[in-house]
Amino acid sequence: MSLRPSLLLYVARRLLQAVPLVFVIILINFFLIHAAPGDPVDFLVGTMEATPEYLEGLRREFGLDQPLPVQLWRYVSKIAVLDMGYSLRFRQPVFELIMSRLPATLLLMGTALVVSSIVGILLGVAAARRPHTATDHAATFVALAGYSMPVFWLGQLLLIAFSLHLNWFPTQGMYDLRAPSDGWGRIVDVAHHLVLPALTYSVYHLALVYRLMRVKMQETLALDYVTTARAKGVPERRVVYVHALRNAVLPIVTVIGLNFGFMLAGSVLTETVFAWPGMGRLLYEGIQGRDYPVLMGLFTCLSVMVILVNIITDVVYAVIDPRVVYR
Amino acid sequence: MSAATDLPAAPTRWRIFARGKGAIAGAAILVVLLLLALAGSVVAPFDPDKVGAGATMAMPGGTHWMGTDELGRDVFSRILIGIKVSLLVGLGAAAVSTGLGVVVGGVAGFSGGLIDDALMRITEVFQVIPRFFLAVLLVAFFGASIVNIIAAIAILSWPEVARIVRAEFLSLRSRQFVDAARVAGASVGTLIFVEILPNALGPVVVNATLQVGQAMLLEAGLSYLGLGDPSQISLGLMLHQAQQIMRAAWWTTAFPGAMIFLAVLSLNLVGDGLNDVLNPRSRGR
Repeated sequence: MSLRPSLLLYVARRLLQAVPLVFVIILINFFLIHAAPGDPVDFLVGTMEATPEYLEGLRREFGLDQPLPVQLWRYVSKIAVLDMGYSLRFRQPVFELIMSRLPATLLLMGTALVVSSIVGILLGVAAARRPHTATDHAATFVALAGYSMPVFWLGQLLLIAFSLHLNWFPTQGMYDLRAPSDGWGRIVDVAHHLVLPALTYSVYHLALVYRLMRVKMQETLALDYVTTARAKGVPERRVVYVHALRNAVLPIVTVIGLNFGFMLAGSVLTETVFAWPGMGRLLYEGIQGRDYPVLMGLFTCLSVMVILVNIITDVVYAVIDPRVVYR
Repeated sequence: MSAATDLPAAPTRWRIFARGKGAIAGAAILVVLLLLALAGSVVAPFDPDKVGAGATMAMPGGTHWMGTDELGRDVFSRILIGIKVSLLVGLGAAAVSTGLGVVVGGVAGFSGGLIDDALMRITEVFQVIPRFFLAVLLVAFFGASIVNIIAAIAILSWPEVARIVRAEFLSLRSRQFVDAARVAGASVGTLIFVEILPNALGPVVVNATLQVGQAMLLEAGLSYLGLGDPSQISLGLMLHQAQQIMRAAWWTTAFPGAMIFLAVLSLNLVGDGLNDVLNPRSRGR
C-alpha cells in the first residue's frame, strides 16, 4: 500500500496538534508542585533526606526565588530535553529509570492485548451468529462480570489459587534467578512468569472487545452485502469470517486507542499484584516512598504515550479503512 | 372492531425495565447493599476497629464468619463499614462529576459558537490525559483524604457527562417548545435548566448510574496503591491491607473484593436496564 501524500500531511498535523497537549501536561505538573501544600522544593526532592547543599542547588536550578513565569520557563526547558529530575531513592535520573522499566510493561500489555483481542473477536463473532440463545446470554453476562471486577482483586485471587495452592506458576517477578539467563531457557522462564499477570490483565479488555464485537457483528450480518454474498452461494463460514468480519473488526482499533489510558491503569494495578518489574511497579514504589519526581515523570511519560497511541490508531484506521477522509 | 383496540397496551416503564432479568437482579442486590450500608454499624457483630476481636487471621467460621485479619479484627464488621464508605465515595464522585458535566455540556450545547468550541477543547484535553494517573498525582500531592479522593475522581469523570449533555442540547435547543419559551421571555437559566435539561436527563441518569460503579473501582484502585484515606475503612483500603497477608489469609482479600464486584456489577446491570427504559433508540440490543 503506497502512502498517499495527504496521509503524511495528516500525520504531521496530528503531531503538531499534540504539542499544546504535552504542554498542558507539563503545566499540570508545574501547578501541582506549586499548589500542593508545602515547600515546592520538597516535591522536587521527594521525601528522601537531602543535604542542604543539594536543596540549595535545586532551588537555584529551578529558579525558585524567581517569579513564576521564569520558573515555568526553566521547568519546561528541562522537560524539553528529557530532564525529568533525579530520584534520590533510586539514585538515578527519572527518565532513565522510567525507560528501564518500559520493556517489561510493553511485554505484559502487548501479550495481553493481542491474546484478548483475538479471543474477544472470535467470541463476539460466535455470539453474534447465535443471538439471544442461552450461550449468548451466558457469554454476555460473563463479559459484564469481567468488566465489573477490580482487576487487581482478580489478580490476587488467581495468585492465591494457581501460585500458592496449586503451585503451577511463580508468585512474583519476571524471572527466576536460578533459571538460565539467556536463550530458550530464559524465554520459557519469562513466559512462565508472564501467564498469570497477562491472564489477569486480559479479562477487562477481553470483556470490552467481546461486547463491542458482538454488537458490530450483529449489525454487519444484517447488511445487504452480506445477504447478497449468502444469496450467491458463498459458504457461510466465508461470509462470516471473510466478508463480514473485515468490516466489523475496524472499530476495535479505535477502542484500543480510546481506552489506552485505562489499559495503562490496569497494567499498573496488575504489575503491583505480581511484582512485575514494569512502570506500574515503579509507580507503586514511587507512591510508597512519596518519590514525587518519579510520580511526575511517570505521569508525563504515560500521557505522552497515550497521546501517541491515539494518533497511531487514527492513522492506522485511516490506512485500513479507505472510506476515512483526513481533515 | 377498529385496528387501534387490537394493539397491545404500550408497556409501562417498569415493564420495560423488568423485562431485563439482569436489571431486576441488579436492583435487588443494590437494595441489599444499600440496606447493609445504612444499617452497617447496628448489624455489625463487632466493633470494626477492635483489635483482637478474635484470634489473629482466624479462618471464616462460627463467630467470625468472614474470618479475622492480622490484628484479629472481624472482617465482616469491617466490610459493613467498607460498603458504606465505598458507596459514599461512588455516589459523591458521580454526583459532583454529573453536576459539573451538566453545567459545562449544557452551556456549550446551548451557546454554540466560540463558547462551545472553547469548552469542548478543554473537555478533549481532559479526555486524552490518562485520568487514573492524574488522580494518583492529585491524591499523592494533596493528601489522601476522602474529600480529596472524591474530588480527584470527579474531576476526571465529568468530560463524559459534558459530551453527552452537549449532544442532547444541540439537538434540543432549536425545537419549537424552546423557541416558544424564548419568545415568552424566559431567561437563559430557565431555558437551560427548566426547558431543555429535563428532556436531556435520560442519558445523564444512565451515565450517572454507571459512573457510581466506575468511581468505586477507581477508589479501590487508588486505595490499593496506598492512596486511600487511612482513617476510613473502605473496601479498597481493606484490599490494600490484605496484600501483605493474603498468602496466609485468602479471606481478607476475597470478601472485600467480592463486595466491590457485586456493587459494580449490580450498578452496571441497573444502568443497562435504565438505558432500555430511557433511551428507546438503543433498546433490544
